[in-house]
Amino acid sequence: MSTVPGWMTACRLTALVGHSGSGKTEVAVNMTVALARAGVRMALADLDIVNPYFRSRERRDILAELGVRFVASSQALVDADVPALPAELNTLLQDASLRSILDIGGDAGARVLARYRHQIQAQPHEMLLVLNAHRPRTRTAEQAIASLRQIEATMGLRMTGIVNNTHLCGETEVKDVLLGAALARQVSDQTDIPVVCHCAARPLAGRLPELDAPVFPIDIYMKKPWER
Amino acid sequence: MEKELWKGNEAIAEAAVRAGVNCFFGYPITPQNEIPEYMSARLPEVGGVFVQSESELAAINMVYGASSAGMRAMTSSSSPGVSLKQEGISYMAGAELPGVIVNVMRGGPGLGTIQPSQCDYFQATRGGGNGDYRTIVLAPCNIQEAVDMTQEAFDLADLYRTPVVVLADGMIGQMMEPIVWHDVPKRELPPKDWAANGRRGRDHNNFITSLRMDAPDCEEHNRALQRKYDLITEKEVRWEELDTEDCEILITAYGTPARIATSAIEELRAKGVKAGLFRPKTVWPFPSKRLAEIAAQPSLKAILVVEMSMGQMVEDVQLATKCVKPIGFHGRPGGMFPSVEGIMEQAEKLLKEVQ
Repeated sequence: MSTVPGWMTACRLTALVGHSGSGKTEVAVNMTVALARAGVRMALADLDIVNPYFRSRERRDILAELGVRFVASSQALVDADVPALPAELNTLLQDASLRSILDIGGDAGARVLARYRHQIQAQPHEMLLVLNAHRPRTRTAEQAIASLRQIEATMGLRMTGIVNNTHLCGETEVKDVLLGAALARQVSDQTDIPVVCHCAARPLAGRLPELDAPVFPIDIYMKKPWER
Repeated sequence: MEKELWKGNEAIAEAAVRAGVNCFFGYPITPQNEIPEYMSARLPEVGGVFVQSESELAAINMVYGASSAGMRAMTSSSSPGVSLKQEGISYMAGAELPGVIVNVMRGGPGLGTIQPSQCDYFQATRGGGNGDYRTIVLAPCNIQEAVDMTQEAFDLADLYRTPVVVLADGMIGQMMEPIVWHDVPKRELPPKDWAANGRRGRDHNNFITSLRMDAPDCEEHNRALQRKYDLITEKEVRWEELDTEDCEILITAYGTPARIATSAIEELRAKGVKAGLFRPKTVWPFPSKRLAEIAAQPSLKAILVVEMSMGQMVEDVQLATKCVKPIGFHGRPGGMFPSVEGIMEQAEKLLKEVQ
């Protein structure tokens, strides 16, 4: 059984939010897998009401093998573009014995959290902003902070941490992660929201220098149909 | 140049902005919603016009109107929505109006599914609406190409005064890839002296219409259109080849299935099977001439066509090659992808059959 870093076990309820395409689903699945492998009783909720493709539900098989409780709206509702939320979500918000991760849709997708705001505020929770410095609308600190504040306003909750997930899919190099680390640092300095980790695909993670927060080596689960 | 990570739909929208699109008219439908969403924020920043129309019919007719006035106009939709636009596209072809129509295809028929598909090939390449006409149809297989083709589509539309379709499957619209914003070569374009945008010192009014009541006149108009389509076929056909020099099996695919086929070809080659790829980048005009040449290569034993449909482009492959070699088909319809293994298996099976 593997161990997990402290930043991942800070509290039992984590929501991953951020600008569209920042990589929330990949981070959510990786956190869930890492915690489940360490023996933590896990639940993952796919609450993305924005994206029709590249959903954490596509990795249901891996999650099931690890005994992760997976919560999502029925496929029929998702493919009908109905922004319906599963009732089972309440279990994740209430059951203190479960370590729960919520995978939230980009930008306006954060609205799903507004409805649960009071339940979330009533317990220790983390709202992690997933940030990719290579995405067109979060390339500068000014843009990233504007996006962050917009999402906070949408969900009615404050951000508690920043996850640097800067990448260029299969073309990512060390310099890309460092570029994102610098952006995350700037955003953190201007908002007093701490940087909690820097994500990097496993082969790249070992080549990173010492950074201001732990490196989170990730596996790529959300693959395109031609990727092996 | 710096790489950026873009989602296909957003990138197509930004590419249109960089190509100088003046007006976007559209109606929401998955999986292309990021195009109008992006345009709604971006076009006002550059002095353009964004209208979320009351329907797809309204959107395409707004494109007709704006184009008539000499504007660079576009619309985007997904399969069922593009069906609704066919009347307007036919009218644009008849009135010789430029315009760009993006179809981010989903599974059909009817409302079908929001998952990706290529089931609108016939509709896109055979005209789609009523009458004898064709549209130029560009088929990107990655985000960089979607960006480049979208920009070029506006020049092609203006150059030939014809609607141009960018035909992408849902995966191209929804996935993210690194791209570079580089300068796309620009065409030399004639002035839009035909536009109905005021008298401007002319001695006559410009009229834009597809109505030709006089039959001999309408016949001559059809012949003139055909001459234009012949010219486009001569000048604008495009394709890409991979490992075709010595291949014994040629996989023919466009869009996302071409990416999957490329992975299959790598693995087939590693196993000693000489496989190659032929990827049309324009599906109309179809690269028939070059495909026929490859089909005639003595080393080639068979052609496998792979599509996310029940078999549509396969008919163009049959027409182009006159079936001089056996042609197999592997299709996944209804929002499903062919797999690398599935393509390999079909290719090996086909080779065994012809040996």
